[in-house]
Amino acid sequence: MEITIITIAFIVFSLISLVGAYGVVTCHNLFRGTIWLMVSLFGAAGMFVLLSAPFLAAVQVLVYIGAIAILFTFAVMLTRSVSNLKTRFNRLNINIAAAVALFALLVVGIIAPVFISNPNLQQPISTVTRTTIDLGESFGSGNSFALPFEVASLLLTATMIGAIVIARETDDEV
Amino acid sequence: MDCTGLCDALYKGGLDQGIAQFISLLVGVLLVSGVPLITVILLIWVERKIAARIQDRIGPNRVGPFGLLQTFADLLKLLIKEDITPTAADRLLYNAAPLVSFASVLLIWGVIPYTPYHFGANLEIGVLYMVAVASLGTLSIMTAGWASNNKYALLGAFRVVALLVSYEIPMVFSLLIPVLLAGSMSLVDIVHAQGGMWFGIMAPISAVLFFISAQAETGRAPFDLIEAESELVAGFNIEYSGMKFGMFFAAEFLHVFTNAILLVVFFFGGWFGPFWDKPLIAFMWLGLKASVFYFISLWIRNTVPRLRIDQVMWFNWFRLVPLSIANVIVIATLVKIMQLINLAPRNLIGASFIEMLPLTIVLLAANVAMGLVIVGQLRTTGRAVRMAAQNRTPVTAAVGD
Repeated sequence: MEITIITIAFIVFSLISLVGAYGVVTCHNLFRGTIWLMVSLFGAAGMFVLLSAPFLAAVQVLVYIGAIAILFTFAVMLTRSVSNLKTRFNRLNINIAAAVALFALLVVGIIAPVFISNPNLQQPISTVTRTTIDLGESFGSGNSFALPFEVASLLLTATMIGAIVIARETDDEV
Repeated sequence: MDCTGLCDALYKGGLDQGIAQFISLLVGVLLVSGVPLITVILLIWVERKIAARIQDRIGPNRVGPFGLLQTFADLLKLLIKEDITPTAADRLLYNAAPLVSFASVLLIWGVIPYTPYHFGANLEIGVLYMVAVASLGTLSIMTAGWASNNKYALLGAFRVVALLVSYEIPMVFSLLIPVLLAGSMSLVDIVHAQGGMWFGIMAPISAVLFFISAQAETGRAPFDLIEAESELVAGFNIEYSGMKFGMFFAAEFLHVFTNAILLVVFFFGGWFGPFWDKPLIAFMWLGLKASVFYFISLWIRNTVPRLRIDQVMWFNWFRLVPLSIANVIVIATLVKIMQLINLAPRNLIGASFIEMLPLTIVLLAANVAMGLVIVGQLRTTGRAVRMAAQNRTPVTAAVGD
């Protein structure tokens, strides 16, 4: 396997994602945990760039880090004990051992026989790269489900806002 | 990646090609980021002088001729100040917040086209990158508010984040118009597409929308409840002293100028002007136009009073967002109709003034019509509020006044 700049970038972004994810799970301070989450999501955005999907990378930063993670932070600030969590119910060692065992079982039992030893599934990386223009065209073309998907998400947003409007406490002033 | 110019010279001089590429990229990065960093030094002086003149005083005039070296004096002062970190503050986050704040503004300059030939990076998603990076600033403000371990800082940060996240929506909607007209999200293409006619003349309401929401995004008056200096002392950066405060300070000033440059790039022709094919003159036009809008921004800052947070939110959700959506719908429909009946060029890059004239007239008429509707609505609402204020006892002001 040759070490190109793309390999190095892949390793860097994977490390950022994994270290961020580890930080989210193990940090004793909830607020720092959300910051680690932002780091991990940033790594995911980097992976999108490597997969030649810059639009998705920018949307990942804008939506996940700029809105959703900030929402997480607000929720975290509303909980009672943020800065000094005690791991009362979690025996971390058993959890780690179980997770590693499960992952090993998955790799050895399912992924290796199906993907590594089957020559039909070993194809070179496709040289066709889609651009943002293709993404835009798929919204307008009749063959793709991108537009119904987006309309469904808009419908869900309207539903949630409606639920909040119905269920909130009403004061005398609006 | 091809190796030309400085990279080629270094390669011929005997360096390894990878290293030559890295060095040439580094020099490019230094030049691109040098422009905002040098600009911010002058900006602080400009801001203080203009604020002073509007407030009928002189402003800094002791340090250097006309007070030009005042910024350096401030810089030295901030550098030699004691670097205080509150005891129970979250050290890493407390120290990282000013850096992220300044970085989020500086990263925007990577996509701005300075001249027809010089720009940091021609990203195909330039506009989206710019909005995404600007949203990192929100994150830094909240981190600063939390990591200071100070209730007032946290309160200031809460108000700010609601404001900033809300005003991203009309900003993005108003940016859809240049993207629509240019057919590309790349800022370089957007500037090239304004060769025939500036987008600000075709869509003035979008320009105004972008200006207002950008003012709100940076926390400039009338939206400066972020650091309402007369109320919360300094909002989220109460606990910051020395150079860390200097970073927040410089980031805010640079952000206002960045907004002015972005307004020019998106709506007012970028580096277009007479003799634009000479790089230095193109750069000068960009700076000149941006300075005009920067001055308008400062002018507004120093004259209007501050809005309350509920007024700000009401204005955004009940006025700006519906207006921006309606604006996009109207302009997109008109542009498509004009392109279908072949009165407007399909690809605006390289179109001439005469070709753009029909589209300009139609869009301008639509914008004027929308403007008349808005002004009529404002007059009606204003009259109703004045009548209600006259007829009722002055106890409280309801939400939305």
